[in-house]
Amino acid sequence: MISYSTFRIAAQNGTITTTDSTRQVVSEIEKQKHLNAFLTVCESEALAQAATSDKHFATGSPRLLEGMVIALKDNISTKGIRTTCASKMLENFVPVYNATVVDRMNAHGGIIVGKTNLDEFAMGSSNENSAFGAVEHPLGDNLVPGGSSGGSTVAVAAGLVHVALGSDTGGSVRQPAALCGVVGFKPTYGRISRYGLVAFASSLDQIGILASDVSTTARFFDAISGIDERDSTTAELPATQSLAMIEQPLLRSFTVAVLPDSELAGCDADVLKVYYSRLEILRQNGATIIPAEIPGSTAWIPTYYILATAEASSNLARFDGVRYGFRATVGDDDEDAMIVRSRTQGFGAEVKRRIMLGTYVLSSGYYDAYYRKAQKARRLVLNGYNDVFTKADILFLPTTPTPAFKRGEKTADPVAMYLSDYFTVSANLAGIPAISIPAGTSSEGLPIGMQLQAKSFDDERLLYFAHHFYQLFN
Amino acid sequence: MKNDYEAVVGLEVHIQLLTNTKAFCSCTTKFGTSPNMNTCPVCLGHPGALPTLNKSVVDYAITLGLATGCEIRPFSIFSRKNYFYPDLPKGYQISQYEDPICYDGALEIELAEGQKRIGITRIHIEEDAGKSIHDVDIDTLVDLNRSGVALLEIVSEPDIRSAQEAYQYLMQIRQIVMYLGICDGNLEEGSLRCDANISVRKRGTEKFGTRTEVKNLNSFRNVERAIEYEINRQIELIESGGTIVQHTMLWDATVHETKVMRTKEKAHDYRYFPEPDLVGVSVSEEWMQQIRQRLPELPLARKQRFIEQFGLPKYDAGILVDEQSLGDYFESVVSKLSGKTEESYKLVSNWLMTEVMRILSERKIPASEFELPAEFIAELVDLLVTNTISSKIAKEIFPQLLTSNKSPIELVKEQGLAQISDEKLIESLVKDILSQNSENVEKYKAGKSNLFGFFVSQVLKQTEGKANPKIVTEILNRELNNN
Amino acid sequence: MNPIETVEYVAELARLKFTEDEISQFANQFQNILSYIQTIEELDLEGIEPLTHISQAENVFREDVVQPSLPLEDVLRNAPKRNESFFKVPKVL
Repeated sequence: MISYSTFRIAAQNGTITTTDSTRQVVSEIEKQKHLNAFLTVCESEALAQAATSDKHFATGSPRLLEGMVIALKDNISTKGIRTTCASKMLENFVPVYNATVVDRMNAHGGIIVGKTNLDEFAMGSSNENSAFGAVEHPLGDNLVPGGSSGGSTVAVAAGLVHVALGSDTGGSVRQPAALCGVVGFKPTYGRISRYGLVAFASSLDQIGILASDVSTTARFFDAISGIDERDSTTAELPATQSLAMIEQPLLRSFTVAVLPDSELAGCDADVLKVYYSRLEILRQNGATIIPAEIPGSTAWIPTYYILATAEASSNLARFDGVRYGFRATVGDDDEDAMIVRSRTQGFGAEVKRRIMLGTYVLSSGYYDAYYRKAQKARRLVLNGYNDVFTKADILFLPTTPTPAFKRGEKTADPVAMYLSDYFTVSANLAGIPAISIPAGTSSEGLPIGMQLQAKSFDDERLLYFAHHFYQLFN
Repeated sequence: MKNDYEAVVGLEVHIQLLTNTKAFCSCTTKFGTSPNMNTCPVCLGHPGALPTLNKSVVDYAITLGLATGCEIRPFSIFSRKNYFYPDLPKGYQISQYEDPICYDGALEIELAEGQKRIGITRIHIEEDAGKSIHDVDIDTLVDLNRSGVALLEIVSEPDIRSAQEAYQYLMQIRQIVMYLGICDGNLEEGSLRCDANISVRKRGTEKFGTRTEVKNLNSFRNVERAIEYEINRQIELIESGGTIVQHTMLWDATVHETKVMRTKEKAHDYRYFPEPDLVGVSVSEEWMQQIRQRLPELPLARKQRFIEQFGLPKYDAGILVDEQSLGDYFESVVSKLSGKTEESYKLVSNWLMTEVMRILSERKIPASEFELPAEFIAELVDLLVTNTISSKIAKEIFPQLLTSNKSPIELVKEQGLAQISDEKLIESLVKDILSQNSENVEKYKAGKSNLFGFFVSQVLKQTEGKANPKIVTEILNRELNNN
Repeated sequence: MNPIETVEYVAELARLKFTEDEISQFANQFQNILSYIQTIEELDLEGIEPLTHISQAENVFREDVVQPSLPLEDVLRNAPKRNESFFKVPKVL
């Protein structure tokens, strides 16, 4: 698929129409059905929006996202369009309102072509936990695309859409982006509205953007970011202006912080090779590399899991079969039995596991020992990052310890799967913006991504650096 | 022996706030609409929906806190209280747990022995659940109109020692929240709800006994009855060698007994943790000052003032302040009196407590909706204290004030109802009556003293009721004793 | 409570039902959590305040102005069981 910027110029020149482009997308999605990236394709809605885009291009008044073909992770609420969270629990659920980001992208001329597959309720790192089948890596070979935003990532990586939205709670946009060779961006907590994002862990969730280049990411970010009165956790800031910022030339000198080598010990040799070679490229292009020590890094994963599962156990309590969602048909049972059966049958194994862990850490007698301690450890992470960013413009680190792995490789041991989030969870704990960009390949030709992190609300500068590094690396 | 024991009672009161919108969404709180018509993705607990805090709810919380002498917490957050119930859409209630917005307050109640201070441990903000209707269908029906309506929970210290004290405390709360305009105080309809925690202990001991919680107290009298019953039940049980089990009890209003709730006593593990979707509330000195300045005079203070300023008996003052607009009406009438004496004030009070309240009660309206101008009553009272009319005449005029829209003075003039107070005239009338009834005079002097009333009525008859009864009585006494 | 009882207690709180095998698995996994906690406990958390909110904002309020509610059809659209105006659930005991 051509990049959005190329499409936009062509559409302005009249050499291509949005309707044609959209039709092509729909047909290509059908051809690539085996990837199982999409759960719902909204052909008629997309074509209706495409017709409007055609008019805007024709009259020389294209909006910011005019004609941009978009896929949305199926945990983002779309009015009138089934939203399943890849769960039996919501298999037939049709929302009655749009997420704020959906209203905004519509207002800017974006075209929603479908809802993508994910790990159920965004819980997973391989998209093997969907109730509607796993998602395939575009390179096939029984590889996982990563998760939980596997479907959205593959939609971009397979060239099916210009951009896709995912959600990132512990790395669910960045990790699959790294495994599939695309750009995956998680903004500062509060920069994009969560209203309409089905909550997994409220204090960690952010909607993230997947695209094949940073400029598409920046454009989309500008269109959907900014304060939302329906989400009290959004920052009191207007929409970003990153598209303008990324075009500025790269600074002659800038400071890049890196983790101690000991932190990278669990990484694949190929990942390390790419990491060190890219670091050298940065050095040659003006970077001063300084060491960063973020205290408490050994506790990143446990801290994340305690907080995330605790919040998830509460956020998923609304799924009880009473007002919507799956209800197990029962005989003369009472209401409580109905709730137990509906939840037991409606949720998949990983979701139930996390609900159990979360309920346990919050339960009477354990709150202080687990949850409160984790909150303290979280502040330690935040303090650590604040310190790093007084001395450096960005932190540079791998996105994942390994490239894409095989299906079934990590499902036996949940802990192994959780550890693959090691480099991504800290950004969610601290609320800082982070982005994964394609940086190279493994000896087997699998994509390897590198991650940049910056201080809170420095999103535009992060994208700026990412844009330039991407060009230096590729 | 029952007297060896002391009851220890704490009340948890929930009040439904009279804000326009719910606590965390912009749905209306107006009652009486069809089921599920006042709901939105937020209060329905739809996936992806988020709460937003209604500023008025915080205003009202601070208002009640200041009115009850509470400390207002400079910074407080919300918590999630997690449990499952079909009318609790999110599977958790947004509430406040560790650090409620108000704490350490008190209110005074009046007992026969004098005033008593009942402490208020805390006041916090939370949201209401919907309604489950159990007996109409085989299924339970769920209506979520009420889901998300703002509540304040008021927790008293266990300072209450009797059912009577509990009743007084609850009435005080009711009066206060109605005066503040934050709740309509209707226990029967559920805008004010009360649960009681009750235990007993031997007098002189400090250790608390095991307590039970009593729910379903759906009228003020039932609150008193249920607490009285439960206190006695516990004492009798202990006296007979039994032990109190920590149960949740329901008050059965048909048989007047507390009964253990039949449902499983599930472990109440609410797994409280800070609500991540809402940021904290910071209350500044300025904010508190603004609210403090808007506080109205509260019922107890107003009652004291009515007693001191107007010389009213405690009973009268209590009745007049029970409903804020009646007290307002009283003050309005009093301000329009020509003669400001304690006698006048008492008369105003009498008129309000009898004639006016009867009409308000018949029409089921508050005094603020009563159309009779305050100056009419003031004028009526002026006419009475100046002896221009008798109280009998005043009672006759009163209904006409409502229907004719004419002032008392106009009516008196029109109908010539002015009282006859001319002593010479009355003296001559009295002499006439006595001379025309010499037989009865003899009988009176012989001891039949009830004939006095007969003489009075004869004089009144002659004057069409207008003779000043006091003067008639004086002169009659004089004449009868002289002859 | 022993580990199995703890799992059963937690399952009840979470309104989930498991087989015996699943319950023993969870008992093990809860034990693993304890080892997670060790890692946190090795940190020096002396004097560190718990982080409850990422956002530094305070007093984010909404004005008390009524907005339209959802039409009844939207409210009941996804209801598993309903009549004209209510959600229906099996009898609550």
